[in-house]
Amino acid sequence: MKTFNYHSTKDVKEATKLASSSSAFLAGGMTTIPSMKLGLASYKDIIDIKRIKKLSGIKVSGKSVTIGATTKHAEVANSKEIKKAIPSLAALAEGIGDPQVRNRGTIGGSIANNDPAADYPSACIALNATIHTSSRKISADKFFAGMFETALKKGELIQAVEFQVPEKSCYQKYPNPASRYAIVGVYVAKHKSGVNVGVTGAKSCVYNEKNIVSALSKSFSSSAIDNVKIPSSGMNSDIHASAEYRANMVKIFAKKAVDAC
Amino acid sequence: MASLVGSRVERKEDKKLLTGRGKYTADVTFAHQTYAYFVRSPHARAQIKNVDISKAAKASGVVAVLTGKDIVNDKIGGLIAGWRIKSEDGSDMKVPAHPPLASESVNYVGDHVAVVIAESLDEARNAAELVKVDYKVLKAVVKTDEAMKSDSIYKDIPKNLCFDWLLGDRAKVKEAFDGADKIIKVDLINNRLVPNAMEPRAANADYNPSTEEITLYTTSQNPHLARIIISAFNGVAPENKLRVIAPDVGGGFGSKIYPYAEEVVCSWASKKIERPVKWVGDRTESFLSDCHGRDHVTHAELAVKNDGTFLGFKNETIANLGAYASVFGTVTPTYLFGPCATGVYKMPAAYSNVKAVFTNTAPVDAYRGAGRPEATYTIEVLVEKAARELGMDPAEIRMKNFPTEFPFQQTLVHSVDSGDYNAGLKKAMEVADYKGYEKRRKDSEVNGKIRGIGFCTYFEACGIAPSAVVMSLGCGIGLWESAEVRFNPTGNVTVFTGSHSHGQGHDTTFAQIAADQLGVPLENIEISHGDTDKGPFGYGTYGSRSLTVGGTAIVKACDKIIAKGKKVAAKMLEVNESDVEFKDGEFIVAKSNQKKTIGEVAFACYLPGTYGEVKSPLPEGEEPGLKESSFFDPANFSFPAGSHICEVEIDPDTGTTEVAKYTAIDDFGTIINPLIVEGQVHGGLVQGIGQALYENCHYDDSGQLITASYMDYTMPRADNFPEFKLGFTCTPATSNPLGTKGCGEAGAIASPPAVMNAVMNALGTDISMPATAEKVWNACQKMKKSNSEAA
Ligand SMILES: Cc1cc2nc3c(=O)[nH]c(=O)nc-3n(C[C@H](O)[C@H](O)[C@H](O)COP(=O)(O)OP(=O)(O)OC[C@H]3O[C@@H](n4cnc5c(N)ncnc54)[C@H](O)[C@@H]3O)c2cc1C
Repeated sequence: MKTFNYHSTKDVKEATKLASSSSAFLAGGMTTIPSMKLGLASYKDIIDIKRIKKLSGIKVSGKSVTIGATTKHAEVANSKEIKKAIPSLAALAEGIGDPQVRNRGTIGGSIANNDPAADYPSACIALNATIHTSSRKISADKFFAGMFETALKKGELIQAVEFQVPEKSCYQKYPNPASRYAIVGVYVAKHKSGVNVGVTGAKSCVYNEKNIVSALSKSFSSSAIDNVKIPSSGMNSDIHASAEYRANMVKIFAKKAVDAC
Repeated sequence: MASLVGSRVERKEDKKLLTGRGKYTADVTFAHQTYAYFVRSPHARAQIKNVDISKAAKASGVVAVLTGKDIVNDKIGGLIAGWRIKSEDGSDMKVPAHPPLASESVNYVGDHVAVVIAESLDEARNAAELVKVDYKVLKAVVKTDEAMKSDSIYKDIPKNLCFDWLLGDRAKVKEAFDGADKIIKVDLINNRLVPNAMEPRAANADYNPSTEEITLYTTSQNPHLARIIISAFNGVAPENKLRVIAPDVGGGFGSKIYPYAEEVVCSWASKKIERPVKWVGDRTESFLSDCHGRDHVTHAELAVKNDGTFLGFKNETIANLGAYASVFGTVTPTYLFGPCATGVYKMPAAYSNVKAVFTNTAPVDAYRGAGRPEATYTIEVLVEKAARELGMDPAEIRMKNFPTEFPFQQTLVHSVDSGDYNAGLKKAMEVADYKGYEKRRKDSEVNGKIRGIGFCTYFEACGIAPSAVVMSLGCGIGLWESAEVRFNPTGNVTVFTGSHSHGQGHDTTFAQIAADQLGVPLENIEISHGDTDKGPFGYGTYGSRSLTVGGTAIVKACDKIIAKGKKVAAKMLEVNESDVEFKDGEFIVAKSNQKKTIGEVAFACYLPGTYGEVKSPLPEGEEPGLKESSFFDPANFSFPAGSHICEVEIDPDTGTTEVAKYTAIDDFGTIINPLIVEGQVHGGLVQGIGQALYENCHYDDSGQLITASYMDYTMPRADNFPEFKLGFTCTPATSNPLGTKGCGEAGAIASPPAVMNAVMNALGTDISMPATAEKVWNACQKMKKSNSEAA
């Protein structure tokens, strides 16, 4: 690992001030530290944000669930309030990585990193999330910009993620047998305002699967998906799954999700 | 005293290992320690035009930068192929030079080019980035079945062919095939695997300039072999000036049997800079440079009569050796593979023809089972297909061809001393509830799943020894084992073994044996291994040999202790030696209550005198002390066998295959510790099931390793497995006094075909390992299509 400056702050403003073109925030470190160790990334400044109290915690109101950026996956998985308000969100967190990862990794780190196979981004899409940052609010459909890319500007810090409580929802993940990230993960949510189908793992970036959305908008049942065609173009293809297989799994896991809603 | 042999004694070593008190090579740090980092080839095949170390040598903290040129200048020998194989035409195998640091060419991604030694690991690693290597990149040869048609990697090895080996009689096989009712054929790939020992390889060499002695700590299954190779072949130091210590070692599975470039380089470099040099591999280095396993492409045929009788077998295999011939690289796909490929059956005619090829991939060597998993996979998939094509029950066709008389002269090499294959298979069918299978299949169907059942009946040749036999077949070393049993004056015992424990539980199993032999409590016996300066020479742990060969040496050394003890006890008790009997730790005079415990005798041997009187307890001419050693070279291999039955359940929507039920009935001869044996079977099964369903080492066409981390290499995990149903039958081995047969590899040998036969039974079509979800899903789609066409 290359040497770097380590900063730890209790203040959001200071954190954003410390940020530079060669810095990273350190939340759970579950992505940042392995990439640094493998030599895939190196930074001049590491800014630890775990001591900023207001970034952590869970707030549930009738309509929304707001999760602080440094809240750990395990805290979401075990939160009684979330289990009651949006059980599928707690279940998603329970399915991330392993106990070590869940007890270090954070929601803010996960969505800032925007790994194409990460779980949380699909929840953000399906649950009409609003991302609260140090300078603004960004809606999920504008936040995830591409592979490992987001709408965040340099030094912009995620403070919390606000999810809309749906009528019904379910996340179904088909884990990569090696890494257990999603080969495909499909988050189906039915809101009063309409249906969302957040799909992760399948393409270079999470997306709302419009073909399934329109089928489910007509009839919210798994059989409604039977005749939906999911094109394989634009799907990821690697040693674990071809584009064609992924396209089929999107459909299969969407059906599973609807059935389990 | 109750016998300890056969009882479920908890592992003595676990307290240390599970509480983090083990001492591994990485835990060893010397004063004045330096740290090594290797510059490795990023290319699969390239000429080295120039290596510029000038910048690196000046970097902060750098002590030395050494390259292939220094290796040449210092006349350090290359890494060796330990087994000489001849081709069918009588010509010798062709192997390329394998210098510890390359100076002319690199031949796989990860090949060693230079080493940077610095005051800290970070400094060494940073300076390694400054070593500028000028490569001329060449087209890589990657695929096993294309190697012979590709450019020659080495100019004097045409077609990249190391050897074209034959075992068996082609003419007899042709005759058998001509007279057959049916020929069953399979084309198989035995997928390449990465061993993935939990502890990555490491070395720490400490040269003492005043004694000129090197102490090398290393992650080895076989420290004595490391010493002999590093001194006799690499020429780093004479044997008496090289001490090799393999402390606690976190698994090996074959990949740590022999020394690698890193140990040689660290030892040599330590001598050059007169400071200790430490290298600890990281996980990426393990993936890239540990020897891999398997990698065969096989076409095999079985000639049968319509009633299921086997008439003949042929096996045409291309085996990938990787870039260089590693120590056991050439024997693994020949003598460890060919003979066992006829399986556990009477086979009137057979041959195995193996073409071993070089490719621009990491060297391939022995990996848990070494050759026997590949052999068993070949024959067992073929036999199951024969059953399918003849419409016979898979158990029935096997029983029809089992030998029933022992010793059984197996077709190609082995004389199998004992076994009862029918008993094993019957027991497996009972435990697996074979009768109830059809109901379970229907239940799965109701749930939208496809269930399949697969058998594997196997035998294997392990307890690897007879030195005279293996050396006649080209082995470059003997394969006996040794033990020294040393009573301490106060009556407790230290047993030194030449084998090595890196997870197998020798500390417990060997202590159980010694405890029974000597009548000394288990807790008073310590097992010492892994240090060439302690105890006698040995050939290490692999090929399920430690217990059958090394355990027997302990028994024989104990016999000698007792023989001497009898003489001393007789003198002490003032009776004739012939009147003394030894039982449960006591020397007893027949028909009297006179006795001496073995502890009293040991004490007398070390303190041979009496106060106030000139009187020795030792018979005249007897030496003081109580310590004996023994070397054991068995007359034959040992031949474990067994029957495994696997049931899988496939989800046709996703292609995911779940092992729903797994039954393993094994005959390991006498079992010393069932708890440890079951653990060995569990470990073997998960590795074998891993090979069948998950693991696959994948290089792309340019020779880059795609599966170079756990993000892409699928290690099986606990939640991939059901609870295994294990059971045993026992026909003791006749080739060693314990009657043991070896259990370390059986699970990995038997399970790939059992699982794959179940998958193929479910799908009704051939499918290659690993049966990944997508492959299975594609087969399910085809099945659906042909079903709907039929309807
Ligand atoms: C073995 C393993 C298995 C995993 N499995 C899964 C899985 O199955 N599914 C899954 O979704 N993920 C998985 N992960 C990833 C895991 O969820 C990580 O925790 C997550 O991707 C990053 O979160 P972190 O808190 O560790 O972020 P860090 O590593 O600390 O930071 C990651 C990036 O996010 C930025 N960042 C962090 N916090 C903020 C913030 N508040 N505002 C702005 N930028 C910020 C940092 O600057 C950095 O660039 C796995 C990780 C590991 C190591």
